[in-house]
Amino acid sequence: MKFAVIVFPGSNCDDDMVYAVQEGLQEEVDKVWYTEESVADYDAILLPGGFSYGDYLRSGAIARFAPVMESVIEEAQKGKPVLGVCNGFQVLLEAGLLPGAMQRNKDLKFICRPVELKVDNNETGFTKSYEKGESIIVPVAHGEGNYYCDNKTLQHLKENNQIVFTYQDDINGSVEGIAGIVNEKGNVLGMMPHPERATTSLLGSSDGLKLFQSILNHWRESHVLTS
Amino acid sequence: MVKVQVYVTLKEGVLDPQGSAITNSLHTMNYNEVKSVQTGKYIELEVEKTDDLEERVKEMCEKLLSNPVIEDYTYTIGEAVS
Repeated sequence: MKFAVIVFPGSNCDDDMVYAVQEGLQEEVDKVWYTEESVADYDAILLPGGFSYGDYLRSGAIARFAPVMESVIEEAQKGKPVLGVCNGFQVLLEAGLLPGAMQRNKDLKFICRPVELKVDNNETGFTKSYEKGESIIVPVAHGEGNYYCDNKTLQHLKENNQIVFTYQDDINGSVEGIAGIVNEKGNVLGMMPHPERATTSLLGSSDGLKLFQSILNHWRESHVLTS
Repeated sequence: MVKVQVYVTLKEGVLDPQGSAITNSLHTMNYNEVKSVQTGKYIELEVEKTDDLEERVKEMCEKLLSNPVIEDYTYTIGEAVS
C-alpha cells in the first residue's frame, strides 16, 4: 500500500506521519509537496498537522486552495481514504470535505498533552482495529480545536454515525466533545488528536497505531484478497 | 484603484471565546456597563476598479475571507482613488 503525506509550507507533523507509516506499518510512503498536481497514484492520503501558511486568516483556509488540494478533493470524492490530523482536519473542514468549522479553544489556551478518547464508531476503515467504546490515549496539540457545527449538522452526524472519536473530558469546548468525524461515505476522517504521535510505547502510547493498521487492513480486504 | 473594507464577524449564536475573555477583563477593570463583546476581523483590500467589482468582492468573501459556517461578512466599497 502506498501512502502520500501532503506537505504544505508550515506543516510540521509530516515526518511523524511518515514515521507512523514506515515504522508502524512497514508500508511505502512519499511526502508530496503542495505544488504537485496529482495524488492519483497513491492508495491513501494523509494531511499532517502543523501551521499551514502560518494559520493566517483562519487555520487551513489558505492551504485549502493549494494546487495539490484539487486532486486530494477529487480522490476523496472517488472514495479513497483521506486522513486529516489537527491542521489536516482544519484543512478538510475548510475544503468542505467534512462539515463544521474550528474555533479557538474555549479557554484560549494552546493544549499540548495526552488525552483520553473514546472510540464511538469502530465501523469505519480507520477504526476497525479498535473495540467500540474503547478508551485510548492519544496526544493533542492545538490552539484551535474547538469543533463547531449547528444543531442540524449535529443531528445529521449522529444519525449517520459520523462521530468517530470524542474526548472523555471537555478540553476545548467542542460540540458534544467531538474529537474526530468522518464524512457520510466514511472514507474521509478528520481528527484533532495525533495518532501518529502514539504509535509505539516509547512515545508514551501506542494506541494510535491501530488507526494506521485499520487503514491497511481495510485496504487489503478490498484489494489484495480479491486479486 | 478602489479601497474595499471587509468586516468578518462571528454569526449570531456562535460563542466567541476571545470576546468572552475581553468582556471578563473589562469587568475586572470595573467597566461593568459592558454587557458583551464581539470580536472580528478587518481586512482592507486595494482593488483595481472593474465593472463586476462588487460581485467579485462577494466571491472573495464567501470563498476565502470568511468561513460561512461560523462567520458573517459585510463590506464597503470606497470611492475610486488614483
